[in-house]
This record gives sequence, C-alpha cells and structure tokens, in this order.
Amino acid sequence: MARMKFLCDADRCIECNACVTACKNENQVPWGINRRRVVTINDGKPGERSVSMACMHCTDAPCAAVCPVTCIAPTPEGVVLHSKDLCIGCGYCFYACPFGAPQYPQRGNFGSRGKMDKCTFCAGGGGTEVPGSIDEYRKYGANRLLEGKLPLCAEMCSTKSLLAGDSEIIAQIYKERVLTRGYGTGAWGWQTAYRADVTI
Amino acid sequence: MFTSWVIIRALAALAFLGVVATAIPANAQTQTPPASTHQSTVIDPDARAVNEHTLLREFPRIQGTILIPAQREAVLIQPDGRIWDYFHEVLLRWIGVVAIFGMLAVLAAGYFLLGRMRIAAGRSGIPVLRFTSFERFCHWLTATSFVVLALTGLNITFGKVALRPLIGPDAFSLVAQYAKYIHNYTSFAFVIGLVLIVAMWIKDNIPRKIDITWLREGGGFIRSKHPTAGRFNAGEKLVFWFALGAGAAVAVSGYLLIFPFYLTNIFGMQIAQVVHSIIALLFIAVILAHIYIGTLGMEGAFEAMGSGSVDLNWAKEHHGAWLKEEVAKGRVAAEQLSVAPAE
Repeated sequence: MARMKFLCDADRCIECNACVTACKNENQVPWGINRRRVVTINDGKPGERSVSMACMHCTDAPCAAVCPVTCIAPTPEGVVLHSKDLCIGCGYCFYACPFGAPQYPQRGNFGSRGKMDKCTFCAGGGGTEVPGSIDEYRKYGANRLLEGKLPLCAEMCSTKSLLAGDSEIIAQIYKERVLTRGYGTGAWGWQTAYRADVTI
Repeated sequence: MFTSWVIIRALAALAFLGVVATAIPANAQTQTPPASTHQSTVIDPDARAVNEHTLLREFPRIQGTILIPAQREAVLIQPDGRIWDYFHEVLLRWIGVVAIFGMLAVLAAGYFLLGRMRIAAGRSGIPVLRFTSFERFCHWLTATSFVVLALTGLNITFGKVALRPLIGPDAFSLVAQYAKYIHNYTSFAFVIGLVLIVAMWIKDNIPRKIDITWLREGGGFIRSKHPTAGRFNAGEKLVFWFALGAGAAVAVSGYLLIFPFYLTNIFGMQIAQVVHSIIALLFIAVILAHIYIGTLGMEGAFEAMGSGSVDLNWAKEHHGAWLKEEVAKGRVAAEQLSVAPAE
C-alpha cells in the first residue's frame, strides 16, 4: 500500500498561500485554525525560500506516542488521523509535534483548548463516523482520499511546488526536478518527519 | 548494549534541556549546490539559499516569517518535539516508577524492619494542643488538593497504561477530560493552602543548631537515642522547605502550561512540562513518606493533625524543646509534666 507523504519543493514555492486558502475552503476550517501555513526563511534576503507546511504525517508520529488518551493513530497509508470524540484538548501533541501542526479552537482559558484540529491529508477523521459521511465532514473536513483524489492544497498548487501522494512517486518527481535543473534545497521536514531524506 | 543506548538517549535529553541557552549565530551559512551535470551551465539560485540541514545544525529550530496574524506559526520545524516525546514516553515513566515504587519499597522495608515507632513511655492521657483548628484547616486544604492533583496528574502520564485498558477508550477519555479540568482548577486551592502554610509555619521552620544534632542522631529512628526537637524537627523542616520549593516550581510551570503562549513559546512549554512532571513525581514520593510517618510509621503522630492535640509523652519524646517552650509560655501547666510518668 502506498505511503502518503507531503513534499514541498521550496525552490518552486512562490508564497502565494493558495494551498492555505484551498485547505480552509475544502475542509471548512474554523476561523483561527491553521491546518496549513507558508513560512518564509530569510525573507527579503538573497536566497529567500518559502515552505508550505502542515502535518507531515510522520513515521512513528510523536503526537500519537505522547497522546494521554491514545486518540491519534496512523492509517495503513501512513496518514495520521485522530478522534475528536476521544481528544481531551490537553496540548501534549502540540508540544511533541516538530511541525506545529496541532491546532486548538480556543487558546488559554485555563487549559480548555477544545478538541485538537489538524491536517487530515484530506482523508476524513479517525473517529467512529462513516468515512465520507456528512458527520465526518463536519468534524474533520473532506475525505478526498476516499474519492480517489489527493489533498486539495497540493492539487491547487500553482507551481506544483507542493506535492502530495505516494512517497516513492513524489520523491521520484522531486529527484528528477533537482537533476534536471541542477539544484534543490531538499525535501523540507523529511529528515525530522520520516528519518529519511530524498537522496539525489 | 541496551544500557549504553539508554545513556546516550538520556544525555541527548539532558542536552535538550540545555539548548535553551544556545547562542544564535548572526549569519546562516550558505549552502554548496548539489553535484550536477548541468552545474556549469545553469544559474544556481540556490547558491545563497539555506537548506534544512544547515539550519538545524546551527539553530535548535527553524523559524521564518509568516503572513497570517498568528505569528507563533512562524516556527517551521522544531525537532525538539521528538526529544520531548522520548522524555515523556520513556524517561518520565522510569522516573515515575523508580520514584514512587522506590519510595513505597523503602517505606515497606522501614515498616517491616523497624516497625511502628511507639510512644516509649506509653500514653499519659494528657492532651497537649499542637495545631490550632486554623492550622489544621490549612494543612488539610493543601493535603486534599495535593492528593487530587497527584491522582489527576498521574492519570495524564500513566492513565493510558494503567487505567485505559481496564475501562476502555471512551470511558477513559471522559475520565481524563474531567481529570484535566479538576487538575487545573484544584491547583488554585493547593496554591492558597501552600501560601497559608508557608506564612504560618515559616518562623518555626528556620534551621537551628538543634536540627543538626537531631539529624546526626538519626532523627529518632535509632531507638537508643531520643534527639529532642523544637516545634518542628529537622525532618519536618526538610519536608516544609521541599514543599515550598517544589510547590512553587510546579505552580509556576503549571500556570505556564495552563496559559499557553502568554509567557512562553512551545520550547518554553516543553521545558515547563519537563520541570512540572519531574518535580511533581518527586513531590509525590516525598509526600508518601510524609503520609507514612504521620500515620502508620509513628504512634501518636496523626492526632496532631486529627484532633489537634498530641499526648504529653509523645510531645516529650519527639518535641521536648517545643514542650518546654509551651510550658514557659503557660500553655501547658507545669505540674502536668510531673504527673506524666518519667521517660
């Protein structure tokens, strides 16, 4: 079975934030929740690079390991999903996440953060809802994977900087790009998320 | 082989605790372009671009700028998360198991080897007021809130191992959700109780010369010796100062976690959680010993915090200097001392 991953080719990202907008719209993400974001390194300086980042759906996901109620688990495709019915909003996943992916509807307020929300790789939720149902959609957002589609952020990317899909395929695409154009700043986050880089 | 691996991971975790002081270099190094057949012909826009490896070699986390108002989202990658994961899932569990079960083992050994410390001269039947009702209220306010905080706190770390398999995921999430709220709100009762205790008893807990003798003579655990003590003996003073220090540390770190991003970033919260959990576990171990000596370990000790009065002979044997002061102050009638059988 395919191992689903994201790969952001920072040499192509133009910081248009279309991925962010696509994600918010497709999943009806509540105000103040940032499932995906674009961070610019060395903004305004030579060698500036922008990286689109969301949950990387890590191998041995630290959020899943530290969750006190074990509500986070990977699917067979490696997509890390969680159950909002079991989540207690403690914030531990958010301390453990290397990518700042977990988000909470409330901040502060004596630790009542509300149910954690994060990128689902457009694969619905990890709860008991029927996949593709309206209940699942309301709680977690779209289940595009079920429909045979990839996450909308990557599908919408104007420069095809953001790649989503089978690990081997997107790594191959990136490898070919780097070899063809002769440069590449690497697959951002891969070392931390998957403990394996794309070798060119 | 396994041990050395554990040591290496432990050192890594310690290094993680130390990186807070890591100096941030002024310039990020430029990256050498990857080898390529086209290298001579293409203009390489990467010549001055940094990559993830270079940045992570120089900085503990990668940070940039972001267009959305949530500026905290500008942290792109913080690999510390995985070290915190290791701390929480491995190191903390060992610390907890060793501290709590270790203390229980020590106390059980103490009970079976030394037995209960009896009042050597037997009970005199004459009560001496040791703690006023207000003092007892402050103690029990702190004590009950401590027990509630300890149980709900242990649940968040050990509940998924100890309780979840027994009651199932849904019931456990419900319990954990309420435990979290109870933990957060009970903290205020604990802090109020601790502040009252400190204000009330700090003057009686200043270390004195008599404490050194008390400690040197084994704190009453050696039966042939009966070291005297003031209102509080050195053991009680140690518990007092530990409770003050540990209580302050868990309160500060706890409130930092209750109010995320008010004073700390994620790294600060990781450190706060490390401090909070380690000190809380040690606190629980120390309080287990405190509970043991106040109940099972020593005859006549519990009533000081129960009814407030202790037996005259208990006071003579354990807090002789304090009893003399009470007599001098006229709170205990001098003739009662002679009524009681001599030690």
